Amino acid sequence: MNVRSQVAMVFHLDKCIGCHTCSIACKNIWTDRKGAEYMWWNNVETKPGTGYPTAWEDQEKYNGGWEAQNGDLRLKSTSKTKTVFNIFHHPHVPTMDDYYEPWTYDYQHLFNAPEGADQPTARPLSMVTGELINIKAGPNWDDDLGGSPVYAENDPNLKGLDAAQREQLSAIERLVFFYFPRICNHCLNPACVASCPSGALYKRGEDGIVLLDQNRCRGWRSCVAACPYKKTFFNWFTGKSEKCILCFPRLETGQAPACFHSCVGRIRYLGVLLYDAERLERVAKLPLEELIEAQRSMILDPFDPEVIAAARANGIHDSVIASAQKSPVYKFVKVWKIALPPHIEFRTLPMLFYVPPMAPVMARKENGSVHNISEDLFHDIDDARVPMKFLANLFGGGHEGKVRYALRKQKAVRWYRRSLTVGDVDAETADRMLHEADCTREEAEAIYRLTSLCTFDERFVIPPMHREEAIEMMADPLEHKQNVGFGFLTGPRRGL
Amino acid sequence: MNEATHYLDQLLFVGLPYVAFFTFFLVTIQRYRSQKFTYSSLSSQFLENQQHFWGLVPFHYGILTVVGGHIVAFLIPRELLLWNSQPLRLYVLEVSALIFGLLSVVGLGAALVRRLTVSKVKRVTSTVDWILYVLLLLQLLSGVGVAMFHPWGSSWFAASATPYLWSLLKLNPETGYVSSMPSLVQWHIVNAYVLIGFFPFTRLVHILVAPNPYLWRRPQVVRWYRPPQGA
Ligand code: SF4
Repeated sequence: MNVRSQVAMVFHLDKCIGCHTCSIACKNIWTDRKGAEYMWWNNVETKPGTGYPTAWEDQEKYNGGWEAQNGDLRLKSTSKTKTVFNIFHHPHVPTMDDYYEPWTYDYQHLFNAPEGADQPTARPLSMVTGELINIKAGPNWDDDLGGSPVYAENDPNLKGLDAAQREQLSAIERLVFFYFPRICNHCLNPACVASCPSGALYKRGEDGIVLLDQNRCRGWRSCVAACPYKKTFFNWFTGKSEKCILCFPRLETGQAPACFHSCVGRIRYLGVLLYDAERLERVAKLPLEELIEAQRSMILDPFDPEVIAAARANGIHDSVIASAQKSPVYKFVKVWKIALPPHIEFRTLPMLFYVPPMAPVMARKENGSVHNISEDLFHDIDDARVPMKFLANLFGGGHEGKVRYALRKQKAVRWYRRSLTVGDVDAETADRMLHEADCTREEAEAIYRLTSLCTFDERFVIPPMHREEAIEMMADPLEHKQNVGFGFLTGPRRGL
Repeated sequence: MNEATHYLDQLLFVGLPYVAFFTFFLVTIQRYRSQKFTYSSLSSQFLENQQHFWGLVPFHYGILTVVGGHIVAFLIPRELLLWNSQPLRLYVLEVSALIFGLLSVVGLGAALVRRLTVSKVKRVTSTVDWILYVLLLLQLLSGVGVAMFHPWGSSWFAASATPYLWSLLKLNPETGYVSSMPSLVQWHIVNAYVLIGFFPFTRLVHILVAPNPYLWRRPQVVRWYRPPQGA
């Protein structure tokens, strides 16, 4: 057993209201810079939809992630030999057109326009060339199903859905969508790290945050092609790649990352997981249907004395172990099993998990009038508006079992709470449903509390990062006397 | 030989190379130490993908082969002359050198056209880049010119340029080898020195950080505050 600690995350999709506050918080802090205007380290997509960059989930187009072949795990986009030959022109790098060309408006014209018969307008200007541009698409062009025929209907997750299921999603009276906020998953088996010719990308040993060393990046762009979630970005101005840093400077001072902190729907949870790094390679190669379970099995029980001993032996602080014991992520993922990894088939073993959304059907429109379809609450999970198959493509690696389990449990919790507060469900039914959903009253209560009543400190259990142990603390302070500090001190620019 | 040419030769074939190499080493090392961030290929593939392929791929394959050829001739001249002692082998070498030379010219031309016509790419092209393009173009064109008008370069390079370069390296410069060379060849040599001196100020430094450790490192990279005791 090789125990490591990882700061992991859960996004509860049932709570996301699609307000984009998270994206704006992130943009204002990190990517409001030249060359980074088009980057959204945090973005919120409408599902069904093609997302950002367009159709990122379609790996036939982008060749991101890993594939397991004859007991071997290899990157789809590159290999050691291919790197030598493709270094001059990477065949799988997306271009700015796959994202969008960032723009601003010619606001000055509103003030400076000569007097005329018409109101002056502020025309869009490209933030790359400064020239006037004709905007054709933006990062959230398909928000709330805008332009469905172009976007929603081309969602890669619709693969394998039959006509009736597609109909279920898009018939106008039953139109359904949900939000899918995305940041870097800080994966256990990151494709970006493995692909970098310069070794600039790395996983921090103590917390598993995946970072990109700006001083070591040479702009070979391999990571952009390799990340199946398209969460490494190429800065067109500095000629370096960049990615979400999970606000590590905030985490190190005990604050939640900006997107977590600002989340209006309070959908975000953060906490430590202890995992067994020894099993990593074997797990990443397993057949698709075993992946979710196997990834879960890598996550270790922070209360198990053996695990604790092994963690200590690996230099993991007692304070971090204690933090892991309080981790909301551990509960959602491992104990309750209602949070699932996105697109496990990419085999990067993401450390951001999603609680799949419920979309109950309460009524149906027939012959121009609306009928309740059942007397009681949300009946059948498989009858929900979002087809199970669609959710399974997103969160189950194409297999419905784990998704159905998560949804049934959530449903049972609602019935149970209903029986307590509203009383239109009798206790017996509630108990039966809990039982069928593999849940107890205590567990249901705990899920309810952490979902609905959770405080800031319950959502974000931030481990002490122990920066005092970092190598720079070993540096002689006198050596830096009268300096402006140490670390990255020059501003980013292009070339010398 | 009159006095003026003598001094000019001293300047171009002795003074210039020493200045160029001195600048090269001094600035690349100092830049790497204090401005590591600026070491990048500054790729613009993200802004334009198709023309990029037709420019950059032929250019790189062409130039790497040709430069490789120069290095071989510099390091193992005797073996090269031996190889060339059979006419057929000489022809093969000369023709392939010319082909790769032409490939690099075509590639550089395509890349230049791309820089000039794609507005996004033009935007990220600095003055230094433009100067570099001119120098590279002159270098490649003069090189191809030499290959066409002064053939059998693979032999005479080994016989005259190599000893001249070694004499520079041994700090005992002998300009006799180069002063009698055709002016196109001289021009090629002088431009090469200018390029070498200019090199550390340009994006060319990316050659020095070409990613070799990748070929033998493990796929995942982990950095610790301090190396852990257990792992
Ligand atoms: S801030 Fe929270 S609720 Fe709003 S879009 Fe982002 S994740 Fe969803």
